[in-house]
Amino acid sequence: MRKNMPALGELERVVMDAVWDSPEALSAYDVQQQLEAAGRPLAATTLLTVLSRLEKKGFVASDRTVRPYRYSPVASRADHVAELMHEVLGESRDRMAVLERFVGSVSEEDAAVLRKLLRGDG
Amino acid sequence: MPVPPIAAAAVPGGALVIPHGAIVWGAAMLWLVALMLAWPVPVWLSRAAWPMRAPVIALLVWQAVGLAGGLSMIGALALTGFAIAPGRPWLAVIPAAVFTIYLLSHLAVTIVQVTAQRRRHLQLLDMLSSPHPTRARTRVLDDAVPVAYCLPRGAGSVTVLSQGLLDRLDADELVAVIAHERAHVEQRHDLLLLAFRAWRSALPWFPVAALADAEVAALVEMLADDHARREVRDEVLARAILQVGASGVPGAEVDAAGSSRGSDRFKRLVT
Repeated sequence: MRKNMPALGELERVVMDAVWDSPEALSAYDVQQQLEAAGRPLAATTLLTVLSRLEKKGFVASDRTVRPYRYSPVASRADHVAELMHEVLGESRDRMAVLERFVGSVSEEDAAVLRKLLRGDG
Repeated sequence: MPVPPIAAAAVPGGALVIPHGAIVWGAAMLWLVALMLAWPVPVWLSRAAWPMRAPVIALLVWQAVGLAGGLSMIGALALTGFAIAPGRPWLAVIPAAVFTIYLLSHLAVTIVQVTAQRRRHLQLLDMLSSPHPTRARTRVLDDAVPVAYCLPRGAGSVTVLSQGLLDRLDADELVAVIAHERAHVEQRHDLLLLAFRAWRSALPWFPVAALADAEVAALVEMLADDHARREVRDEVLARAILQVGASGVPGAEVDAAGSSRGSDRFKRLVT
């Protein structure tokens, strides 16, 4: 199971890209067609598993009033990038120890200290 | 063999009897230790200059101060309980038990929250980033803002580099960034940060908890820098820090609770 995890993550990304790139809601069959056209053919059962995982994670929503079900993104790619970057840049003061950044924003004074080192007269 | 009656008289009910005076004295001593560890010792530690030269030792001292401070406080509460209500052990341990449960429950809540946030973050990363072409456990985020960070979580740790970072840094600077993040992952700095973050959230009215958290966070960065400095010259690391940190990106790490340790990270590269 653990060995399959990264592979499944990659499939989710490929499927999600197809859903994001489409201007309208897609059926599973539409997604399959698109992936095949893009050179990434996927078995229908696998695709349905991936779609249901994406739905559970809150990335896609399905319209179940029509047959076959139509899948559409819950939020745009840009919205999700914004959510991610908000967490990375840690604009909230009491952010949890979720991730460790290389460096935050360096103050002007600290930047001057570093530039001095680089000039070689530090 | 039956117990001689005289021994039973000396130890009523089979329990060990400690003189009341000794309990009071012990409680006073433990309060003294707890108060020292709660205020003067951490404040002195945060003002000392040596931690920036020896972050490993400083981190050990902070852990010792945190652990000993918590335990002495629990012990002091317990002994005070016994001094006040000597005949009722169940009543006597209530303050110590309540304090212990309070601290542990904050730790548990912090762990659950951080784990949930990490899971969500990894889900987003799966969607929004692609695996690095050559480096294992490294993902590339397609964003122009130069950022590098890691999500340490045991076997599933991942380092994330943004496309903006890859475009901006030269090969040596990238080595510095990756060595820095690898140190965080391999040494599980997240566990240390988690413990101090939990302590801080448990005691929001206690400024030293915030001070300790800020100090530990800064020392962990110095420790990771030291790993980068084994692979590149100080100048290269300084360039990388400037490229990433002085690029006008929001998200300043405000010095919390009077800790100036954040600036020490840069000064130690110069001196």
